[in-house]
Amino acid sequence: MTKFYPIYTRLQLPFFSYRLRAGFPSPADDYLENALDLHKHLITHPSATYYVRAQGDSMINFGIFDGDLLVVDRALQPVHGDVVVAALNGELACKVLDLKHRQLISGNDSFSPIPLPEDCDLIIEGVISASIRYHRCLP
Amino acid sequence: MFALIDCNSFYASCEQVFRPDLRGKPVIVLSNNDGCAIAMSKEAKALGIKPFEPYFKMSAACAANGVQVFSSNYTLYGDMSARVVQTLRRYAADIEVYSIDEVFVRPLSIFGTLQEYGQQMRQAVWKEVRIPVGVGMASTKTLAKLANRAAKKINSLNYVCVVENEIQREWLLKKVPVGDVWGVGRRISAKLNSMGIVSAYDLSRANTKHLRKNFSVVLERTIEELNGISCLDLEEIPPQKKQIYCTRSFGEKTESLDEILQATSSYASRAAEKLRKQNHYAKTMHVFLQTSAYDEKSILKNTTIQLPYPTDDTRIIVKYARFAVSKLYEEGYRFQKSGIGLIEIVDKRFVQGDIFHQGQNEKSDLVMRVIDSINRKYGKGTVLTAAEGVEKRWAMKQEHKSPAYTTRWDELPRVRC
Repeated sequence: MTKFYPIYTRLQLPFFSYRLRAGFPSPADDYLENALDLHKHLITHPSATYYVRAQGDSMINFGIFDGDLLVVDRALQPVHGDVVVAALNGELACKVLDLKHRQLISGNDSFSPIPLPEDCDLIIEGVISASIRYHRCLP
Repeated sequence: MFALIDCNSFYASCEQVFRPDLRGKPVIVLSNNDGCAIAMSKEAKALGIKPFEPYFKMSAACAANGVQVFSSNYTLYGDMSARVVQTLRRYAADIEVYSIDEVFVRPLSIFGTLQEYGQQMRQAVWKEVRIPVGVGMASTKTLAKLANRAAKKINSLNYVCVVENEIQREWLLKKVPVGDVWGVGRRISAKLNSMGIVSAYDLSRANTKHLRKNFSVVLERTIEELNGISCLDLEEIPPQKKQIYCTRSFGEKTESLDEILQATSSYASRAAEKLRKQNHYAKTMHVFLQTSAYDEKSILKNTTIQLPYPTDDTRIIVKYARFAVSKLYEEGYRFQKSGIGLIEIVDKRFVQGDIFHQGQNEKSDLVMRVIDSINRKYGKGTVLTAAEGVEKRWAMKQEHKSPAYTTRWDELPRVRC
């Protein structure tokens, strides 16, 4: 039952230090650090993090394009200026949170801002902590 | 003190996680093969939909009332359940995952009063997983279960019910019919009712010496627990399964032996996989084949078969399951379901070869390890026995299944930009 699926998998990229046959120690040995783990780097709250797919062009001014992979963290407290996922009319939508003017704004001039309701917790589903663009092909 | 965190209408709630449009709406989830309703949201309950009602009887009413119907999506439910548990781990060191939607924890005092503690857990799970839960707390697990039930039923409690003193305990017990007490089934409760024991309170005051004659020791333990004396502790390590069953209905009833063989092979292979996961070997296997009980020509056949030696080798388990089911098969029946159970299993470490047979050889172990790791890496069913077939005509009917939102790259939720 408690099986973890791809969101928890890690790919460890090995970091080799070469041992020379002659017995001369690698000068890098003292400087070894852990391998970089992209999953750890992007995700701070694994059990509260979800991946979603962007659809549409309303966020292009913020660098989010159709087909991008978005990392949504539900554990983060949304603050002014965050890119968020909001439930608007029952649909999940990506917007920028403008708390100063109490509205949600799009990253495309042809979309007008949407006023926030009193209790904005009701519609904010999570904070987008990162977006990933594919420069070759959609996996 | 024990706290029980129980997810509200869990499967229906899972279907609402990525569908905010469905929150507050009637939602039902059907059993395997879309047979009957097994879970429903509060709103669906209010419409009078009863659990275990066959779906074909109510599909028209569902459509007329705008009820959203889903086939069960256990991949999604499993992932959501794991997330709920992960979230709760921040709030407790001692945790027992009791079922897919129930978790017992031992409360920690650093989070304020017990009420505050309960609310914090509830809010965290809602915020981070979007699953609504209720929390019940009391000095025993049986009482915590009852408190949890009250937490959901009594609006003013706001989904957290703490039973801390005698007055609260008596108040709670008097509200609950004895049949709703953990471990008291329908048969026992009928018997108790006839003895004048109607509420949980009555049971807590009953004369144990008198009851001992008619009931098992389990009931005696329940009475102690109702009186605040803890007899059941947290089981942090789930007990290993003593039997492994894998049984399922076919998508459509079938007369074809070929299809039955394929289906049974796949169940056998699944059971073998589970067996290896807990590092056991099987010695005896139970195989059955049946029609629907409602069919005019109805039949249920089963047999027990001894494996040649204790094994976890899919190939051997599948071979014997096929042999058994082909012996059970009779022409002229429209079979609905088959299944296999590994009913006698032993820990791998304690198996010795006997003088007549060496037991499973290392090569088998190795082959199974390779198969398991390939399937783990590249997805279930990447390597399978040919017996399971490629075109699965017998496969389950799942006409209303939601996407595997969190476990497949091609089924991720879409967000409008």
